[in-house]
Amino acid sequence: MSAAIEMKRASSFAGHAEEDFSLHPAHVQTEDFSVFYGNFEAVKKVNCNFPEGMVTAMIGPSGCGKSTLLRAINRMNDLIPSCRAGGTMTFDGENIYRKDIDVVSLRMRVGMVFQKPNVFPKSIYDNIAYGPRLQGIKNRNDLDEIVESSLKQAAIWDEVKDRLTTNALGMSGGQQQRLCLARALAVKPEILLMDEPTSALDPKATTKIEDLIGQLRGQYTIIIVTHNMQQAARVSDLTAFMYEGTLIEFGATRQLFTRPREKQTEDYITGRFG
Amino acid sequence: MRLETRRLLDRAFSSLGLIAIGVMALALVVILTPIIVRGSGAFIFRSTIEHRKVMFDQWDRGNAGRLETAKAEVAAARQPVYDMLAAFNTELDAMPRADRKPYKQSLRDLEKALAGLLGPVPGERTPVLIRQQYGATRWDRTQIKLDDVLTTEEWDYSDPTALGKLVRTPRVEQFRGTKLEPLFPYVEQNIKAMMQPRWTCYWQFLFDTSKDSHIFGGIGPEVLGTIYLTLGAMFFAIPMGVIAAIYLCEYAREGRVISFLRICISTLAGVPSIVFGLFGLAFFLNTIHISDSKSVLAGALTLSLLVLPTVIRASEEAILAVPRAYKEAAMSLGAGRWRTVMTVILPAALPGILTGVVISMGRAAGETAPIIFTAAVSVGRPLLPLEALSQPTPALSWNIYNLCTEHEAVDEIRHVQYGMVFTLVAVVLLLNVFAIIMRARISKKLRG
Repeated sequence: MSAAIEMKRASSFAGHAEEDFSLHPAHVQTEDFSVFYGNFEAVKKVNCNFPEGMVTAMIGPSGCGKSTLLRAINRMNDLIPSCRAGGTMTFDGENIYRKDIDVVSLRMRVGMVFQKPNVFPKSIYDNIAYGPRLQGIKNRNDLDEIVESSLKQAAIWDEVKDRLTTNALGMSGGQQQRLCLARALAVKPEILLMDEPTSALDPKATTKIEDLIGQLRGQYTIIIVTHNMQQAARVSDLTAFMYEGTLIEFGATRQLFTRPREKQTEDYITGRFG
Repeated sequence: MRLETRRLLDRAFSSLGLIAIGVMALALVVILTPIIVRGSGAFIFRSTIEHRKVMFDQWDRGNAGRLETAKAEVAAARQPVYDMLAAFNTELDAMPRADRKPYKQSLRDLEKALAGLLGPVPGERTPVLIRQQYGATRWDRTQIKLDDVLTTEEWDYSDPTALGKLVRTPRVEQFRGTKLEPLFPYVEQNIKAMMQPRWTCYWQFLFDTSKDSHIFGGIGPEVLGTIYLTLGAMFFAIPMGVIAAIYLCEYAREGRVISFLRICISTLAGVPSIVFGLFGLAFFLNTIHISDSKSVLAGALTLSLLVLPTVIRASEEAILAVPRAYKEAAMSLGAGRWRTVMTVILPAALPGILTGVVISMGRAAGETAPIIFTAAVSVGRPLLPLEALSQPTPALSWNIYNLCTEHEAVDEIRHVQYGMVFTLVAVVLLLNVFAIIMRARISKKLRG
């Protein structure tokens, strides 16, 4: 990618003209939401709305709790024995931290792409079909259709259509990450969580993922954690800045990057710390 | 550290490592060579006409016509021996009583030695024991039996400060000047014509039932017994072990109870096998009466307890080595714990689990102590699978020990012992090779 394009990308925000995002219906909403690891409070009483169909970026220095907050949305933190949550988090108006919630069906509605490509050591086809099969889809034709459409959505179909039965671990890192995206899309989620999805990828593969996020915008509510502020500026409509577990500032990306309300935000985005 | 010092240390370590590996390889060669050389002697050896007779009479093997011809040839070659004996007997009858006496015992000994070499005298009543119905069946045994005919053994204890010394004196001395004198050179020179040695491959050794406590025949029931016991042990140990490992790794919450359990498992792995054997007897047979007598079932259960800690440990290691990312990916796609384990974790852990299973299989196949009281008998027939629930069985490991320590004619069955050891080692090695190949194939599939 030439430097000129890079500059252009960095200066142009993904968001349309200034919009009042508070008018959009919230898809995920938190109220005084906290996450503890043992006695350590990693996320402190966060209140925010992730609007439907928008791309929200979460930025902040390492250890600020943004990944923890992201992973709280599909309750991946349940895997950590000492982790517990306080306050409420609602998804489509339903508190997902209620005692009787079915975590498995929640996770089927929330897709996730991780920091490192984590394809299963199975064939490309089986990787994509994994989620649909969990949902009980056994018909070969249906599966074929889902696999094809998911791979097309992730813009990787043309690269892999001739080797669907080969092991997914044989692909390049960028391809693997797009495969992970396709795998997440195959379960037809409503929300897509991305935990630093490009941090392990080269610039070219990064561009492809970012382009994909642009294409998926509007169809899914996308929440992306990133360390790369240019990336946040390029791909997101909204940006949340977190610091030491607290949500410092949350607003339209253009506004947050150009006229931050908080001093801390300004310091962070201008590179004075973090 | 200075460069020279570091270099010296590196060199020292690599040479020490090489020496260690070399010593190990040497030990392996020293152990395996006699097993292979002497063990294959049970399968491929020079058999005599007696072996062919045994095969024909007891197992209906061989060509009747050709055997009759060979028998006739051999009989013709042996006839002079019996003629000489008859002539000597006539000579003896003609002697005065006092002269006759010293020959009596010598003649009896000679006849016994001859029977050992050639079998019973034709035309006499057939002995009851099968071992007395035939002469030496193997050429190496023939040489020894021939020595017995030609010489007498005596132990010389004249020097009280030293161990006794074996002195062999030619038997011919006892019969100087009699009609038996030419017998000895005749036997020595015509031994081949009398025995007809021939290279044979007795591969059925692996499958034949033994006759007359292993003096004839093969090790079929022992091999089958070992297979039953090993597979039986694995039948119980694999599901129990893998499920326990999954529980410990994926379901159990870390806590005092779990760490106590882990200590118990490690301790179990260090319990001597004879203790397992006694436990098996006390629990499976005497307490819950799983069968009326010793049985393959009781033995397999005891063995499965013995190898259980190994299976659990290996499976646990394998499961813990599965990348966390796989688990997260499966969970994020909506897989429950059970589905995650079955579709992602177990397949990825399979190579490691397999290694543990094979090590355990080798151990179960070779263990003796746990089956002494629970499953093993020294002589038996091959069992049908259903009989294994209630019947005891011979097994390679136990019979190797048993033949060494309790057999009444241990010299006659050395080749069987070595054949058993050879077979057992081969079985364990084959299992290992099989597992290594399987492991490699699965790993390759996983790696893509």
